[in-house]
Amino acid sequence: MSRVVVDVVLKPEISDPQGQAVLGALGRLGHDSVRSVRQGKHFVLEVDGTPDEAELREIAETLLANPVIEDVELHLPRG
Amino acid sequence: MRIGVVTFPGSLDDVDAARAVRLAGAEAVALWHADHDLRGVDAVVLPGGFSYGDYLRAGAIAARAPMMADVVDRARRGMPVLGICNGFQVLCEAGLLPGALTRNGHLHFRNRDQALRVERADTAWTNAYEPGQEVVVPVKNGEGRYVAAPADLDRLEGEGLVAVRYAGGNPNGSLRDIAGVSSADGRVVGLMPHPEHAVEDLTGPSTDGLGFFTSVLTAVVAA
Repeated sequence: MSRVVVDVVLKPEISDPQGQAVLGALGRLGHDSVRSVRQGKHFVLEVDGTPDEAELREIAETLLANPVIEDVELHLPRG
Repeated sequence: MRIGVVTFPGSLDDVDAARAVRLAGAEAVALWHADHDLRGVDAVVLPGGFSYGDYLRAGAIAARAPMMADVVDRARRGMPVLGICNGFQVLCEAGLLPGALTRNGHLHFRNRDQALRVERADTAWTNAYEPGQEVVVPVKNGEGRYVAAPADLDRLEGEGLVAVRYAGGNPNGSLRDIAGVSSADGRVVGLMPHPEHAVEDLTGPSTDGLGFFTSVLTAVVAA
């Protein structure tokens, strides 16, 4: 069994009102040094055997992320 | 004329959509997301609601349901498909319509009667209207902000794929006030507002929405 992590964030040109709401709250709490917040998703997949990179990339790019609005990063176990 | 209405787990407006179909004069046919049987329908409506609880992204899991493979296949060969609210999100996720629907810019669920301008009166679902006609139907969504890359928005405008636009105020921050778009052949249309909730004086703000459902009768007969 191996563990594969997929991170999904909105593309830079797509506005992120949730991230902006978090940024606003940080400002109210006095954390003035934070310039920007982008909220995303973090998936952890348990995969049988050695992960097939092509298959996992397809899973990440066609289901876990919507390529119209999101960028995706695939983190395979170092092997 | 048989018009299918697909029910997914979490669909809410399938009964209203079927009622609008009947009021327009067609037979409403119940379709189930897990089936591979379109039951001989001439057109399909994907209703509003929260399919699969909007998990992952709104419409994302429903777009991969067995029934959607059949809907996509037939739509690519010209069968009219209308996606309302969650149904619009499903059509974008399924790749039948461009762009995506994201969290409203103000982060609030917005529920109100909404004026719309019909930009294209030559699609399968809007031919009962006049170009530029304004109609009032309910809008109710939390993830209805239409987005696409600027170049894609320019292409949509250039190719005339913006079917309906918000008039009298944008309820969710949709780019360029886009409320609904169509496929290049005008057979597939998706919009966030709810024409199926504006088909009877007793329950709706108008009966303006009925035109979406009468339009497709003309479109199917003409095809």
